[in-house]
Amino acid sequence: MALSRLSSRSNIISRPLSAAFRRSISTDTTPITIETSLPFTAHLCDPPSRSVESSTQELLSFFRTMALMRRMEIAADSLYKAKLIRGFCHLYDGQEAVAIGMEAAITKKDAIITAYRDHCIFLGRGGSLYEVFAELMGRQDGCSRGKGGSMHFYKKDSSFYGGHGIVGAQVPLGCGIAFAQKYSKEEAVTFAMYGDGAANQGQLFEALNISALWDLPSILVCENNHYGMGTAEWRAAKSPSYYKRGDYVPGLKVDGMDAFAVKQACKFAKEHALKNGPIILEMDTYRYHGHSMSDPGSTYRTRDEISGVRQERDPIERIKKLVLSHDLATEKELKDMEKEIRKEVDDAIAKAKDCPMPEPSELFTNVYVKGFGTESFGADRKEVKAALP
Amino acid sequence: MLAEDASFTVTHVHPMRTLDGITLPHVLRFLRFVTLPGKKKMAARIHGGAGAGAATALSTFNPKKLVAPSRTNLPAARSSKRCIVAAAGSDASKSLRVGHSQKLIANAAVATKAETSATTGTGHELLLFEALQEGLEEEMDRDPRVCVMGEDVGHYGGSYKVTKGLADKFGDLRVLDTPICENAFTGMGIGAAMTGLRPVIEGMNMGFLLLAFNQISNNCGMLHYTSGGQFTIPVVIRGPGGVGRQLGAEHSQRLESYFQSIPGIQMVACSTPYNAKGLMKAAIRSENPVILFEHVLLYNLKEKIPDEEYICNLEEAEMVRPGEHITILTYSRMRYHVMQAAKTLVNKGYDPEVIDIRSLKPFDLYTIGNSVKKTHRVLIVEECMRTGGIGASLTAAINENFHDYLDAPVMCLSSQDVPTPYAGTLEEWTVVQPAQIVTAVEQLCQ
Repeated sequence: MALSRLSSRSNIISRPLSAAFRRSISTDTTPITIETSLPFTAHLCDPPSRSVESSTQELLSFFRTMALMRRMEIAADSLYKAKLIRGFCHLYDGQEAVAIGMEAAITKKDAIITAYRDHCIFLGRGGSLYEVFAELMGRQDGCSRGKGGSMHFYKKDSSFYGGHGIVGAQVPLGCGIAFAQKYSKEEAVTFAMYGDGAANQGQLFEALNISALWDLPSILVCENNHYGMGTAEWRAAKSPSYYKRGDYVPGLKVDGMDAFAVKQACKFAKEHALKNGPIILEMDTYRYHGHSMSDPGSTYRTRDEISGVRQERDPIERIKKLVLSHDLATEKELKDMEKEIRKEVDDAIAKAKDCPMPEPSELFTNVYVKGFGTESFGADRKEVKAALP
Repeated sequence: MLAEDASFTVTHVHPMRTLDGITLPHVLRFLRFVTLPGKKKMAARIHGGAGAGAATALSTFNPKKLVAPSRTNLPAARSSKRCIVAAAGSDASKSLRVGHSQKLIANAAVATKAETSATTGTGHELLLFEALQEGLEEEMDRDPRVCVMGEDVGHYGGSYKVTKGLADKFGDLRVLDTPICENAFTGMGIGAAMTGLRPVIEGMNMGFLLLAFNQISNNCGMLHYTSGGQFTIPVVIRGPGGVGRQLGAEHSQRLESYFQSIPGIQMVACSTPYNAKGLMKAAIRSENPVILFEHVLLYNLKEKIPDEEYICNLEEAEMVRPGEHITILTYSRMRYHVMQAAKTLVNKGYDPEVIDIRSLKPFDLYTIGNSVKKTHRVLIVEECMRTGGIGASLTAAINENFHDYLDAPVMCLSSQDVPTPYAGTLEEWTVVQPAQIVTAVEQLCQ
């Protein structure tokens, strides 16, 4: 059923449409063409067109998933302040468009590897809210069994390779995954994501050199949120044009707050990488929170700046305007959707809170592939039992 | 300085060699050792898969007592019937042993006649780097997922010729010449391993891998754990290390002491062509990340190794020379200094038991423990520095586990805590020399 028939035109009394509206998300695929807000800037390649092919279903799903991601990150904020999440917690709100746009352009066979700001990308790759919250709170049903934490989310069956704490170390890993894809002739690509801070790591250029030499299908995505923790990009990088820093590798600068621009760029990059080798994408994006929960985020930038971006460039607002302008839903329907999402997130948190902590014996599992006792037998050749005090 | 003469090689034995060098007194001596009451466990352990001959001597031996259940999952023991595992004590491999007893290579000093007569062919002689190459080539033939990456491994043939000829045979996609960026290509190897490939990463010199320490520690060692078991990293990181001939401080490093704390990795050190090939194959087949330490000065050792396929157990130590008076634990190049000193010691009337520990992480405390329980004296001879080396960890482990069995404190001879100097005479004094080993044994055995 076409939502367009049910959605209110200005002179039709709107009915409570939430039930119908929800059903329509899964069936309506009327194609839409959307213009990106800004043109692409290209380095050593021809930029893709600004017109993005999409559908009503995709547009609505963008809104829903991004609202879900936003809600999840805000909830994680509260959980951290309630001391249920400990250690480091790096939140992605403001940058959701990158995760969602990328996901829309690729398949689950294409690999994504990112750094520690990985909650939303994990969700985009098919992870469940329950797994996210359980892992954040260190429970045994977390995606890494409670042993990884916020910075170590992985989902092997969706080719999501994490989740890495050391800045920049994931880029050589990503190029290695691309190498394996080429080795096994998989016709898939790898998106190795990093931030503007990590863009100054040497290993990135080493990996880029090898990728270009060996024609690997690796796409390096710089999520430029303009701050490397507390250091602004102009203070850290002599050349802040991260898409040009590949030198001999083509690059594309994308408005990272526009999910459709991201989608178009990723689609373009995938085609390019499969034919011509590596390419760099710079996503011009912004994070509302500080670097992590222990960073207030206001000592190195003004609150005006943050609220300015939120008013002018917020990715969810942009999608919302598109949804409304294409008459796919009313304000009220979208509000209902957000309420529903909030409930979903709260339910997941409640369920995760009920999940037990990992068993003490889990301390020793998965150190080695066959289990800890296999190799270290101890003096009497019996299996080493973990004896905790 | 290396003991490369024929008389030494007699003590480093396996069935092949018994046809050549073992005389009757050797055999008798060993059989006496085997049948002493209360030593059955040790004997059974040493005989490992010895065939009918040993079985009669060990009729009351219950393999189940020695078995740790997880041993049955050794990859080599399970899969290939043709493949030989020098393993001890596991149920599955026991049946493998009994069935293929004539092929099993035990860690015994001497094999019985039942074993040797059934071995096919007489083996072939080669140098250690050729043995490594053979192992690598066989594994690359066997499994298309195995690839090699490193500097100059392809067209150049490897700086120590370990990968010579492989690039011509397997092509550029499987034998990859990398640019000089250890951090990146080690990371790439690990990333490829996350997807299921089995890269063999070569550091041209182990010391260069310090540049890749982050990748080795955080990603290689820990990813299996932090992903909750989702990813395995079946890489082999290998390369030559150790003090060479006046190579200078930066090219004479012993990386085993830096890597030993990393959780999740295994470390092995090869010392002979036989165990080089066996360990290389086992390391490639292992699902865990394995660091294989070779030594710059051992690449040209010559030995005869079996024609048929075999594998050495990654977690097992090798009995080089059984003895009664003192246990000398060593690995890699120091093994040869120890054997050189052993000759002098034998002439002086001592009977040292020499064990090449081979597995640096985890230690084979079983073999070591049995030896300590027999001799009650331990001397560790290693090439690591005194501070924080393998010897330091081993001393702690032995003291913790076998304190009651020691008649004297564990003595550890290590290299000096200095950067390796260039001058030949100074370099000689940074590492342990046979004369020092003899003095130490005399001191311990007073």
